[in-house]
Amino acid sequence: MGVEGIGARVVRKEDKRFITGKGRYVDDIKLQGMTHAHFIRSPHAHAKVKKIDSSAALKMPGVVAVLTGQEIVDDKVGNLICGWAITSKDGSPMKMGAWPAMAPETVRFVGQAVAVVIADSKNLARDAAEAVVVDYEELPAVADIHAAIKGGAPQLHPEAPGNQVYDWVIGDEGATDAAFAKAANVVKLDVTNNRLAPNAMEPRAAIADYDAAEEHFTLYTTSQNPHVARLVLSAFYNIAPEHKLRVIAPDVGGGFGSKIFIYPEEMVALWASKKVGRPVKWTGDRTEAFLTDAHGRDHVTHAEMAFDANNKITGLKVKTYANFGAYMSLFSSSVPTYLYATLLSGQYNIPAIHAEVVGVYTNTTPVDAYRGAGRPEASYLIERLMETAARQLKVDPAQLRRTNFITQFPHQTPVIMAYDTGDFNASLDAAMKAIDYAGFAARKAKAKADGKLRGIGVSCYIEACGIAPSKAVGSLGAGVGLWESAEVRVNPVGTIEILTGSHSHGQGHETTFCQLVAERLGVPISQVSIVHGDTDKVQFGMGTYGSRSAAVGLTAILKAMEKMESKAKKIAAHALEASEGDIVIENGEFKVAGTDKAIAFPMVALAAYTAHNLPDGMEPGLKESAFYDPSNFTFPAGAYICELEVDPGTGKTSFVNFVAADDFGRLINPMIVEGQVHGGLAQGIGQALLEHAIYDANGQPVTASFMDYSMPRADDLPSFNLSHTTTLCPGNPLGIKGCGEAGAIGASAAVINAITDAIGKNNLEMPATPDRVWRTIHAA
Amino acid sequence: MYQTTYHRPSSVDEAVALFGKSSEAKFLAGGQTLLPVMKQRLAAPSDVIDLGKIKELQGVELSGDVLTIKAGTTYFDIMQNADVKKAIPAIAYLTSVLGDPAVRYRGTIGGSIANNDPAADYPAALLALGATVKTNKRSISAEDFFQGLFTTALEDGEIITAVSFPVPAKAGYEKMRHPASRFALTAVFVAQTKSGEIRVAATGASQSGVMRVGAIEAALKANWSPSALDNVSIPASGLLADIHGTAEYRANLVKVMAQRAVAAAG
Repeated sequence: MGVEGIGARVVRKEDKRFITGKGRYVDDIKLQGMTHAHFIRSPHAHAKVKKIDSSAALKMPGVVAVLTGQEIVDDKVGNLICGWAITSKDGSPMKMGAWPAMAPETVRFVGQAVAVVIADSKNLARDAAEAVVVDYEELPAVADIHAAIKGGAPQLHPEAPGNQVYDWVIGDEGATDAAFAKAANVVKLDVTNNRLAPNAMEPRAAIADYDAAEEHFTLYTTSQNPHVARLVLSAFYNIAPEHKLRVIAPDVGGGFGSKIFIYPEEMVALWASKKVGRPVKWTGDRTEAFLTDAHGRDHVTHAEMAFDANNKITGLKVKTYANFGAYMSLFSSSVPTYLYATLLSGQYNIPAIHAEVVGVYTNTTPVDAYRGAGRPEASYLIERLMETAARQLKVDPAQLRRTNFITQFPHQTPVIMAYDTGDFNASLDAAMKAIDYAGFAARKAKAKADGKLRGIGVSCYIEACGIAPSKAVGSLGAGVGLWESAEVRVNPVGTIEILTGSHSHGQGHETTFCQLVAERLGVPISQVSIVHGDTDKVQFGMGTYGSRSAAVGLTAILKAMEKMESKAKKIAAHALEASEGDIVIENGEFKVAGTDKAIAFPMVALAAYTAHNLPDGMEPGLKESAFYDPSNFTFPAGAYICELEVDPGTGKTSFVNFVAADDFGRLINPMIVEGQVHGGLAQGIGQALLEHAIYDANGQPVTASFMDYSMPRADDLPSFNLSHTTTLCPGNPLGIKGCGEAGAIGASAAVINAITDAIGKNNLEMPATPDRVWRTIHAA
Repeated sequence: MYQTTYHRPSSVDEAVALFGKSSEAKFLAGGQTLLPVMKQRLAAPSDVIDLGKIKELQGVELSGDVLTIKAGTTYFDIMQNADVKKAIPAIAYLTSVLGDPAVRYRGTIGGSIANNDPAADYPAALLALGATVKTNKRSISAEDFFQGLFTTALEDGEIITAVSFPVPAKAGYEKMRHPASRFALTAVFVAQTKSGEIRVAATGASQSGVMRVGAIEAALKANWSPSALDNVSIPASGLLADIHGTAEYRANLVKVMAQRAVAAAG
């Protein structure tokens, strides 16, 4: 490892511009003649749109146009799609309700757009929007999962009787029933996984610019995957063919999944820019983010776990109702199915699993992938079950986990996933040592003397990341392949540009990806730049989510680097009159091994471009590309232990310690990994203690601002004690597993297990607000 | 934000005159409530009269047993002020747990009490300490000043110039912070005046805004100690209830915060 190679704690290259306010986000971009869009959104959770009267608004100063849902339908802009087909247990396809970009006749959640005002400034557009009169006929609405599946509930879509999206199953029901029939003990648990609003720091934004002469669109947008956006906009929404649509995702301030999806606002901006003949900008405000960014989680689950007389798990039964909101967002169907139920084996040897997932429409904001996407729900369920089981069986919760850990790899679970490697005992050992698990009883007794209830909670998570092997996901219904592409461009003077289909929106790719080049070539990272986020520059890519950018994106770069290095070695060997097999790369030089003969990398590059003296038959230039498709998911795993105190007078939780022992495979930049874990833990703890997107019974959002929706702040969180127990991933040459989601996946169960341990009552829903904890303590 | 006309007077008299000339004017103090509300288009004043540059509204004075805080003094300046820390440290503490640093640099005591948010911190201090609100026209006792949710005794165009606090024998403040807004989910200010009167005020609890808590005052009068409240029961009726706290929880908090405030007061 060099000072800037793999494993080095290199300071982030991108931070200079972010910290000095020089980041360039979509809203920073101003185009000549640009107009501004303001959406008119439904105040009702469910209503018919009877009439839209924009006559007064059109007479107001600076107003360019008022466009409605009917017009976008008339212009044959496609309805929004869902990119993963799920089949119900009866063989029927999932039931998709039509979702036009603006509602022509029916609105199904508060915040759904019915029209858009285009004006010379943002404020003029907003002024005019107040003059547009929309006549709604309110319909009965339903926001709660249980209410939505009851007979007589308000119906959202004619395509989906009973508000059911699908009723999907996985696993072997007969084998599972047999295991329960023979069980020595059965542990049952009902859990709710609370709905969350993602709240990236930068709200979503879009600028669409139509060039009439070229019949070409440019879209600047807050996207985690600009190529996927172009693909979907071209293939399904009839905006423009791919070669007539350039999508640019410049600096993007956080995504957490919510910026994977192609939203109505981007579609409308593109369509409107052609209609009005001027660029159209839309920047969402925070309220719009709460109302329209796809939410996360929102499951209601009943689960039962069977144990034999030796406390070995013999079976698991799960029934989950997943709230989809009013429409099926882009990858929503996969989240509570293949990203959730396939992880229900956790870190444990479970011979038989059967899970049923019912997707449900409600009059709420659509729900889709949010940091972890299905895997936090699975991990939370299993780790709450394990804790419940330990209490019921009266065994130490850590020991119960050890009794059931998978220790032989590869391990085929009953729910599709084949774990490639791991050492679950090692991470649990590390976490228990870090928190002094053995000394907890004494600390609890001392806290009790001080009037505090102290608890400890374990969470051993596993996730499937490095998303994903294309053939596997294709066989499960995915509409796209999930490989990644890369291109290595060596310039004639030896500087290097790496083009990647991954997209950084906080992950630090501009640093970590350079570190691979530094490792391979021994050149400083200042000689390398990363190019991403522009479909005109990068050939194609699938973007960043599912902790995939290092495991998949960086491996694609490695493959392209290997091709480039192979050619460069041939050039060097030719110049040095040596055999290609004798060339080694060290400190920026190509050397003949065991001699002092060497040629500096820039001279190799120059030779490639002058082409004065290349090996016979070799093409000039030094540029290589690669597409890498992983052979399996990767399986990051770890053990989190949380120790905390509950104030019995107020129900308030205070952290004493939080330790995380993660196995992410090889780390490229440990500092950046720690940052990812810190952020993930903050979100996981946020879900456990603070965050909850709430609707009232009529579908009105109760938490649409930071005055009501509790985001975790620094002083809500403890200092984290992190460590790594590494097993290298055998599935990719760098041995990387991924680290982007782990914290958000593993943290919630550790916190709730600790609080319930502290208060001596097992049933406690998230978020464990002081009020809820206090009421639970004092409940009869 | 709607169009508005901004004014920056340099004296209270000038501010009052400007107010009289406008149709729908609003005084702007620290702007921590008015500006967000205007940005959301929930308020549309024709004129905004900024009191922030009026020198006579700035500063803290300690004179004998009276601490006077001028209305335009920011939370940060109050929190840092040596006279405040010396005379009534509970006010310095209250200010340190009010909002966040950005709010404390801009918000003012005058702005806070004029707005009279039912979960604001200062109204509890004023009521418990028996403070007097000074305006450009008159003096108003805290009891008379706070008149329910977002309602005060202020007349149109009347400007708060200062708040005078009698220095107590003992005082303490304890707050359960609202997890999202950082207002008081419920907070209690307890005071023992130099004449021996016990005054206790709770904020964030009642549907009618800041309130005296007679049951706690009576118990503390008999015995100034946290344990004196062990058997006090606060009724939940009339208390606020929302997603962050039931009325029963807030009733519990009134008692628990009062006990801790007494402990803090010593």
